[in-house]
Amino acid sequence: MNVHEYQGKEILRKYGVTTPRGIACFTVDEAVAAAEKLGGNVWVVKAQIHAGGRGKGGGVKVATSMQQVREYADAILGMQLVTPQTGAEGKEVKRLYIEEGADIADELYIGALVDRETQKVVLMCSSEGGMDIEEVAEHTPEKILKIFVDPTDGLDRAEAEDVCAKIGIPAEAVAEGADFLAGLYEAFVKSDASLAEINPLVVTGDNRVIALDAKFNIDSNALYRQPEIMEYRDLDEEDDNEIEASKWDLSYISLDGNIGCLVNGAGLAMATMDIIKLYGGDPANFLDVGGGANAEQVTEAFKIMLGNKNVEGILVNIFGGIMQCDVIAEGIVAAAQQVDMTVPLVVRLEGTNVERGRQILDDSDVKLQTATTMADAAEKIVAAVKA
Amino acid sequence: MSILINKDTRIVTQGITGNTGEFHTTQCLEYAHGRDCFVAGVTPGKEGQEVQGVPVYNTVKDAKEQHGVNASVIYVPPRFAASAIDEAVDAELDLVICITEGIPVADMIKTRDRMRKMNSKTVLVGPNCPGVITPDEVKIGIMPGYIHKKGKVGIVSRSGTLTYEAVHQVSALGMGQSSCVGIGGDPVNGLKHIDVLKMFNDDPETEAVVMCGEIGGTDEEECAAWMKDNMTKPVVGFIAGVTAPPGKRMGHAGAIISGGQGTAQSKIDALEAAGAFVTLNPSEMGATLKKALG
Repeated sequence: MNVHEYQGKEILRKYGVTTPRGIACFTVDEAVAAAEKLGGNVWVVKAQIHAGGRGKGGGVKVATSMQQVREYADAILGMQLVTPQTGAEGKEVKRLYIEEGADIADELYIGALVDRETQKVVLMCSSEGGMDIEEVAEHTPEKILKIFVDPTDGLDRAEAEDVCAKIGIPAEAVAEGADFLAGLYEAFVKSDASLAEINPLVVTGDNRVIALDAKFNIDSNALYRQPEIMEYRDLDEEDDNEIEASKWDLSYISLDGNIGCLVNGAGLAMATMDIIKLYGGDPANFLDVGGGANAEQVTEAFKIMLGNKNVEGILVNIFGGIMQCDVIAEGIVAAAQQVDMTVPLVVRLEGTNVERGRQILDDSDVKLQTATTMADAAEKIVAAVKA
Repeated sequence: MSILINKDTRIVTQGITGNTGEFHTTQCLEYAHGRDCFVAGVTPGKEGQEVQGVPVYNTVKDAKEQHGVNASVIYVPPRFAASAIDEAVDAELDLVICITEGIPVADMIKTRDRMRKMNSKTVLVGPNCPGVITPDEVKIGIMPGYIHKKGKVGIVSRSGTLTYEAVHQVSALGMGQSSCVGIGGDPVNGLKHIDVLKMFNDDPETEAVVMCGEIGGTDEEECAAWMKDNMTKPVVGFIAGVTAPPGKRMGHAGAIISGGQGTAQSKIDALEAAGAFVTLNPSEMGATLKKALG
């Protein structure tokens, strides 16, 4: 689960990491009131959406008067913000964060994530703040220093200070830099984060080390023990179909194509998307109905796929193991009675009770084509959509 | 021969009194030598009960002392599953297969760290995996037993139903499997592709391997680097997720392209460079195997 920048900063402050002072707002008047409350003479008006690269799309502005705060808040609130991560249609801005200006002497980068190889949390630290870290990793990997944190012993203070000095934190601020890393690591572990990125981390003119931005991603398997973070969930930032699917315990991801697919198992679902593409089609979604789906879930899955106006055909690919093909077949028949099946449907069943499943489909009056292999299924649905 | 498990393996089901644990233990009891292999169950506080004739104990240690158990399979709910692994590790079992899906990554980091610091000899498979099967001997996990056939092809995969697809294609060719190992879709887990390939390479009864990978992480690349100089048997590879967009988690917690790493293409390239027979068509894993075997 993703959270907003201002929420990420709340998490950081809880663990002693310094951030600029700021106030989240939903209206222009609130934004002006927030700036007055913060005081000073420089404010940053920041769009709060989950996608990164907000500055590039005009979603972050520095104001030097109340008039400008009002002007920028008015321009940013409600805009369709397009960033490299939002796609061409952009994302509507519904929340702002008004923050005091910072006196920036240097911009650095810190990211925390789980390293699969060492099975430890790794802190990635770089002098190249404000940059796209993936580009830094590709072109100048030597500029990224990594600290692998021992899960029992925690962050090694000497190592943290050493890395802080190496990425350009001045000697007077190295101790504060190490505190920053320790706080970030604690925030990461205690909030069950899967990613925490501070880009940039800034050193101020008076040698303070503060987080100017914060991006947190929380492990969804651990949300049951993170009630405060659950409160941060912002449904406006999520895809409507994905929200609906999650209510039915379906794992669904929207894609750009026109062939809906309904599959059991994540790996097989990806493989089904791949084979559609291989035969010249384009998948409209990833949809894993899981290991024990029932007729009701299958019906809901069809509703979600048919609710996508881009969908011109549906491919069902089920390898029955624990899930029985006859149960899926009944689900398809039940779904066809409840929803208007307006697009071509190709069904490939294999595995447990496959004969009974195929019989149920043959006996029903649902308009569909059956297929024997994945290749057969992909070929048929691609042809049907192109026809 | 086979890898990891055979008809002499003695197994305890952790979480045997839950619906999932009972259902799958029943299925496994009915498969081949299951009745001899599944000898005990564990659910804290339920000692003295029986599930399908299998006696239940409070702890893995008790089950081991009473029945000489050397392997466990875990169906415990996600929030307790990591400590169930710890318990099996403390009982010094040879093998722990964790089926449970949805364990917080932080819990698995602690469990794996603990295993390393203890120099534990226990082999962990999973979590979030279908399990392991040696056809006609024993099945430990949730895979449908009947699609398997005894033979000489080793199968390893991060995904459940995709493994079944591979098994089905191999069986349809009239070939069978030596063992099939589902290593699971989580980012922090036990055995990785490379570990299982080493086992298949050393197993005299395995003549070829089908390996199904997927996007996320660099396990397949590391496996390919090892294969280059060490693998003596033909390997057929398929990588799921060529069409998956970066930054989106495809069902499995581990299946996500992030930080420019974990793309299907980099895995396909690495496997091809290591001499594997890679197919882009998941319907042709069997056909590719036939080609690989000449």
